[in-house]
Amino acid sequence: MSDETHGPAHYKKIWALLVVLLAISFLGPFVGIHWLTLATAFGIAIWKAWLVLKNFMHITAQPRFVSYMVATCLVFMLLFYAGTAGDVMKHSGDQWYKPQVEQSAPVGHHGEHE
Amino acid sequence: MRPVATTRSTSGMTTGRLAVWWVICSEIVIFGGILGSYIMSRIAHDGWGHIGFAGSTNAYIGLTNTFVLLTSSLFAVLGHYAAEHEQDGPKAARYLYLTAGGGGLFLCIKAFEWTTEIGHGLTITANNFWSFYYVAAGVHASHVIAGMIIMLIVAQRAKKNLDLHRVELVGVYWHFVDLVWIFLFPLLYIAK
Repeated sequence: MSDETHGPAHYKKIWALLVVLLAISFLGPFVGIHWLTLATAFGIAIWKAWLVLKNFMHITAQPRFVSYMVATCLVFMLLFYAGTAGDVMKHSGDQWYKPQVEQSAPVGHHGEHE
Repeated sequence: MRPVATTRSTSGMTTGRLAVWWVICSEIVIFGGILGSYIMSRIAHDGWGHIGFAGSTNAYIGLTNTFVLLTSSLFAVLGHYAAEHEQDGPKAARYLYLTAGGGGLFLCIKAFEWTTEIGHGLTITANNFWSFYYVAAGVHASHVIAGMIIMLIVAQRAKKNLDLHRVELVGVYWHFVDLVWIFLFPLLYIAK
């Protein structure tokens, strides 16, 4: 790989891009649109993760089986999610329901702490 | 990228690098389980975005800590470059010290944040959100501590131009720790 794509100047550019993306994901909620908050928060998180994986961890420069190993673990994570989400996310189903337990905020706290 | 170590292996990569990627794969499952459980519970409970739950986390502290970790990752990759392309152990060691310093700063900010939250009664037993919050951030912080210790050991050797290939290995681990935080930040601080 050439130094143009993996030299200090390139790494600093990627870092600057990561910082800009971080700022956007932080400012997203201030617009006040729910879907935009989710898009800027998680869309950008995935983008930032790819930038780190590709440019700092050099995953595309590793033998291909490394990407397969990582992808396999991510797929297992999704399988875990799919296998348990039904029980965790639903409050009732066919001949079962979850007892409702209300949780209240701790006493003496009135907002985002300083 | 050309490896510094030239150990032959049937995998086409050095044993150390293969081991680090195996560690990362196992870590994906560990953090994936924690984050997956959190996302499920979060979607199932609308109230978790309100005050007393995620609504009470300090996004400015989260932002600062994300910036600190991203910057420490830059130092780690610059150290890797110095070790691999410039064969400059002392320079690589300096970058590793800076990276470990970033980890130390991250932990200091985290300690301040937790002290404030606990002072407000937002402890690990306050509710399920805070249980997830302290477990996820705590497991992540333990990885930061482990990374710093390994990094300081590697830096001591690198300073003498010894085992320079380890600079890359500890760097890859550190980038993964950064990666986990990249997802923890929106989950715990932004999505309210």
